[in-house]
Amino acid sequence: MSMKATVRQIDSVTVVDLSGRITLGEGCAQLRELIRNEVTKGNKHVLLNLADVTYIDSSGIGELVSAYTAVSNQGGQLKLLNLTKKVHDLLQITKLYTVFDVHDDEAKAVSSFPKANA
Amino acid sequence: MAVKPSVVEVTLESTLTNVEVAEEIARRVSATAGFDEEDQHKIEMAVHESMINAVWHGNKNDASKSVWLRFQIYGDKLEIRVRDQGSGFDPKSIPDPLEEANLLNVSGRGIFLIRTFMDDFRVEYVAGLGTEVTLVKNLNYRGETKQGGTGREHESHSSTN
Repeated sequence: MSMKATVRQIDSVTVVDLSGRITLGEGCAQLRELIRNEVTKGNKHVLLNLADVTYIDSSGIGELVSAYTAVSNQGGQLKLLNLTKKVHDLLQITKLYTVFDVHDDEAKAVSSFPKANA
Repeated sequence: MAVKPSVVEVTLESTLTNVEVAEEIARRVSATAGFDEEDQHKIEMAVHESMINAVWHGNKNDASKSVWLRFQIYGDKLEIRVRDQGSGFDPKSIPDPLEEANLLNVSGRGIFLIRTFMDDFRVEYVAGLGTEVTLVKNLNYRGETKQGGTGREHESHSSTN
């Protein structure tokens, strides 16, 4: 099963609902393209909802890091929402859990971003 | 009476699609061997990363090449061998992904994850055949998930002429 992504906008926050596999190949390429598009459009507040991600490998983790860096380099913020236990454990093992701002409540996650005119 | 080891051996076309085939075999074999779901997932991920290395780095994404896998169930462990047709690599040359300076690197976590999820990891270049990695998971290993799997104590890298 490949990766699927749905983009929603809540105030200034772009919420990306990801599902399936984020692995080397199609999944990683899709995520890279999606983040590039959002950054190009000027969307600097990105919340990746990983609730339905069934599998992520080392390349997928690398793609999350790449997305984080790409958004940060544009002065924005990328945060993670609803990690499954497997993704949570992988981020812990790779010491990335403290790098990412991780949330389990969408409303709180959205409100944690700077306000649009702030 | 000694238990006769069970063996599953397969040769796959070197494609990313077949990474999922290898995962499926790993999941079934590890379940048959008696590993719990958590360990089955760790073994599956280790095989996934090994297949990615074989297909992408070893065989340079050349579908005319192949990857050979051998799963051997012993009474107390599962041994997995994955061989590509590449020219080998030195795992010591891969930077530690847990170092502060490397945390935001996009790549370089595959071998680290294999070492973390398995109990033993070895790399050997066999002249005329390719690069073979051996992964071992002990069936009675019930410790906590190892942290900082960059320990080199189980590692070997040798060339056979």
